[in-house]
Amino acid sequence: MTVAHAVDGLLKPDTSAHSPLLSVKDVTLQYKTREHIVTATFRVSFDVFQADRFVLLGPSGCGKSSLLKGVAGFMAPVEGSMQLNGQTIDRPGPDRMMVFQEFDQLMPWKTVQQNVMFPMLASGRCTRKEAQERALRFIDKVNLTKFRDVYPHMLSGGMKQRVAIARAMAMEPDILLMDEPFAALDALTRRKMQEELLQLWGDTRFTMLFVTHSIEEAIIVGSRILVLSPHPGRVKAELNAHQFSHAEQGRPEFGALTQRIHNMLFAERIEEEALAKAGAAHG
Amino acid sequence: MASASLITPLVRPEFEHATVEAGQIGEVERPLSTWERLTNIEWVRKAAILITLAVIWEAYARYVSNELTFPTLVQTMQALWDSTVSGPLLERTFTSLKVLLTGYALGLFIAAVFTTIAVSTRIGTDLLSTLTAMFNPLPAIALLPLALLWFGLGTPSLVFVIVHSVLWAVALNTHTGFLAVSETQRMAGMNYGLRGVRYVLKILIPAAFPSILAGLKIGWAFAWRTLIAAELVFGVSSRSGGLGWFIFENRNQLETANVFAGLTAVIIIGLVVESVVFRTIEMHTVRKWGMQR
Ligand SMILES: Nc1ncnc2c1ncn2[C@@H]1O[C@H](COP(=O)(O)OP(=O)(O)O)[C@@H](O)[C@H]1O
Ligand SMILES: [Mg+2]
Repeated sequence: MTVAHAVDGLLKPDTSAHSPLLSVKDVTLQYKTREHIVTATFRVSFDVFQADRFVLLGPSGCGKSSLLKGVAGFMAPVEGSMQLNGQTIDRPGPDRMMVFQEFDQLMPWKTVQQNVMFPMLASGRCTRKEAQERALRFIDKVNLTKFRDVYPHMLSGGMKQRVAIARAMAMEPDILLMDEPFAALDALTRRKMQEELLQLWGDTRFTMLFVTHSIEEAIIVGSRILVLSPHPGRVKAELNAHQFSHAEQGRPEFGALTQRIHNMLFAERIEEEALAKAGAAHG
Repeated sequence: MASASLITPLVRPEFEHATVEAGQIGEVERPLSTWERLTNIEWVRKAAILITLAVIWEAYARYVSNELTFPTLVQTMQALWDSTVSGPLLERTFTSLKVLLTGYALGLFIAAVFTTIAVSTRIGTDLLSTLTAMFNPLPAIALLPLALLWFGLGTPSLVFVIVHSVLWAVALNTHTGFLAVSETQRMAGMNYGLRGVRYVLKILIPAAFPSILAGLKIGWAFAWRTLIAAELVFGVSSRSGGLGWFIFENRNQLETANVFAGLTAVIIIGLVVESVVFRTIEMHTVRKWGMQR
């Protein structure tokens, strides 16, 4: 055993960088409704490493949000396991901060600054002074300093999402969970937000798990993409996308990767249609 | 034939403009005229309505000219002034308000207990909705005979009917408000590690505040009406009666102007609580937060 350790040490001098931060193994998630059980994802496995921009990509209804809810601790898997830093995830906690798609995730009764400070105070992570200092720093990072004393109802959709991102980042969580945060924005704002997010990542190198149904967004935002099949979500592929950002959008490699993913998602539909036809022929 | 009837859009030449400086547009912002600004203020419009009504009242009462059935506005105001300064009106009002606040506070407390049970267990939810469905349609004043039987003539009976009138409205509204808090906000709250009482205090109550406030307003209105009605029924026997008793007493002595004065006092107190107390709370909470227009 000591020998094995020594060999391990030789091969991997920095083990922390090579062991996954988040490890999801064979996770099946189900919803129990009054009439039946809906399987959202089936035996999904993936590993997220430090500073990854890990994207879950798949068509609507394939269980991406459910996976994120599982990692956040809102939903327990019926099969498989999820571990963060080697600890099994069993409840929500401030070490995983979630940014939602919905604009109503901000608390309307708190100003921008109070919203950003709230999780730090509620979780008892910071003193009021520290929280204020950090909040101002992150509000500045998302360019909302002018709006820090404004209530959320006076902000545009894009600004609300920036507040939500600042609020999550100010907690400096182990991993940032983002559920289609830009999906409800117009195309121009979405592009700007993607650029800003990448810039923030360049500054602080946080780890994020980002959910989207847009192939283009996955390639631009992600460094690694997990492609999920339509409902119930199963792993189709895991691809690298760290080499692409907005600048490469016109390049043939970008187009090739888009096409490749498109085919993966599309092939499934053709198969399904063929199956349905075969089923109809039998019946 | 079909293709001949389809219209093709006219192709026009393209153009591009340099943007005109905003300063050259001229009227980007213009202050409103004094009249426009004046009529934009709500209380100015409402005051105008009140003055019109007062003039109509005075004119009609002078036309009828019967002090016993319909005193003029001036006589009513005179009576209001006299019974406030030298008469028992202030003391009567104070008695009513004391009973009212006692019943209101007790009602709120019981409503809070009920709502807590309702949010924490499913059987509690069923209990609250069943009780609310049963008792909400029952006018509180209908319970007065029973209250008199149980608690005798006096304040406890009044408090009992007030509690009944406040409790169901507030509990129902609060519970409905809690149920309507969005899934996203719940998850956000739990994400920060909030549980139990802190979760209710920091997430559920503020998020459901518009609905809770509506419940408080309805509860207050019910309580005030119920109290005045109850005092009219049996105020006679209690030594220090309330406003309802004041009205009843003066009707018996055919002091109609005083009856009108008592009614005016009831209206004024109702208005003050509605448009000063609750309005101030609204301004500093739900309106400021954009949760209600
Ligand atoms: N609260 C729920 N109750 C029952 N079924 C649900 C619930 N939420 C999601 N589902 C089902 O689970 C599947 C996956 O949903 P979701 O994770 O939201 O997908 P995605 O985020 O990829 O669009 C869908 O078929 C959806 O109908
Ligand atoms: Mg989703």
